[in-house]
Amino acid sequence: MLRTLVRFSGVFRDTSSLRLLSSRRQSCNFHLNYSTATSERKRFYQDVTISQGEGGLFEINLDRRKLKTPGGKLFTVPNEALAIAVATEWDAQKDTLKFYTMHMTTLCNTALDNPTQRNNDQMITAALKFLETDTVCYRVDEPYGLVELQKNEWDPVLQWTENRYNVTIGSSSSILGPEIPEATKDTLRQHLNSYNFWSLTGFEYVITQLKSVVLSLGIIDRHLSVEQAVLLSRLEEEYQIRCWGSVEWAHDYDTYELRARTAAGALFVHLTSESSTVKHKLMQD
Amino acid sequence: MATLSSPLRVCRGLLKELRAIQGPSYKKSAAYNYVMEQFRKNKVTSERHCRAVQEAHHDSQTYLCLLVSTRNHLVLHNIYHAKGERSAEEVAGVVGLRLPTQPGGKGWEK
Repeated sequence: MLRTLVRFSGVFRDTSSLRLLSSRRQSCNFHLNYSTATSERKRFYQDVTISQGEGGLFEINLDRRKLKTPGGKLFTVPNEALAIAVATEWDAQKDTLKFYTMHMTTLCNTALDNPTQRNNDQMITAALKFLETDTVCYRVDEPYGLVELQKNEWDPVLQWTENRYNVTIGSSSSILGPEIPEATKDTLRQHLNSYNFWSLTGFEYVITQLKSVVLSLGIIDRHLSVEQAVLLSRLEEEYQIRCWGSVEWAHDYDTYELRARTAAGALFVHLTSESSTVKHKLMQD
Repeated sequence: MATLSSPLRVCRGLLKELRAIQGPSYKKSAAYNYVMEQFRKNKVTSERHCRAVQEAHHDSQTYLCLLVSTRNHLVLHNIYHAKGERSAEEVAGVVGLRLPTQPGGKGWEK
């Protein structure tokens, strides 16, 4: 058994190193600026500061250099809160830059560069496609415990969304899922249309993380907290954990990553869609 | 429905995370000032009413979740995924097993 194990690990080592080489070569040819998500660079700066540039947009300065996007544009964000969140991420890097922990920066880069060259309509269509295969709409027939759990946990959120937007979504245990009426999609499309491009980027990100439009709307409308939404999104896994136990390097790892990504997306939507106004009370004589 | 913990707890949680990120001089950072300013501003006063307090509360909770989860994720990443290939013994140890030992040393069964 020992020998087979060693032989296997030898095989894996060979293939993984090959894969590493080929991916490195590919990425070099493909685009110099885009580093892969897992690659790490040395931290090359000491101080991270924020400055307000032209048009009231906020910029990030690393020492004296201005931060740029992977696409080469100047990195600018529309408000101070977002700039601070990004600056904090850059400040949080210790010796090496771990881009896979910098979710707010990643989202800003995506919104600025728009690497897939999509417009608002295309993004809304892509986001709403998740409604057809929404996590909370697909139910199981067995085991009984999970059926009950899904009913008790998912139904209230589904109902809340249906009432909030005055639409029918429904749930189903068939493999085809529920039939979602066109009117529902139109209503939600109209709702998403009220968001700007930046917010839509965040919205789509949240939806793709949770694999659910319903749960995403719940977070963005501040009906659910991030922890709740992530729990609901991983309901079946949580059920299995309850039966079979939790494994730190898989379950906890996934949960934290999903929470971080979802929280970043939700915060990104909130910070880019709201306009904070201060209304002073009029002095009365 | 979203059950939020009290604003004070969220605020203290945020400051704790900022301190973990920026070290002892965290009180000089822009993030610290911004967080404190927001929490002070969103106290309900009769003089002025800014954003809906609930919204600010939810956002602060979301940001706290982002910071905590990112930190925990990185800790687990460093333990389990950052070191590359493991030895056979370590792999067995991760799933709670031990490799069989051979009393006579290697090649004993021959």
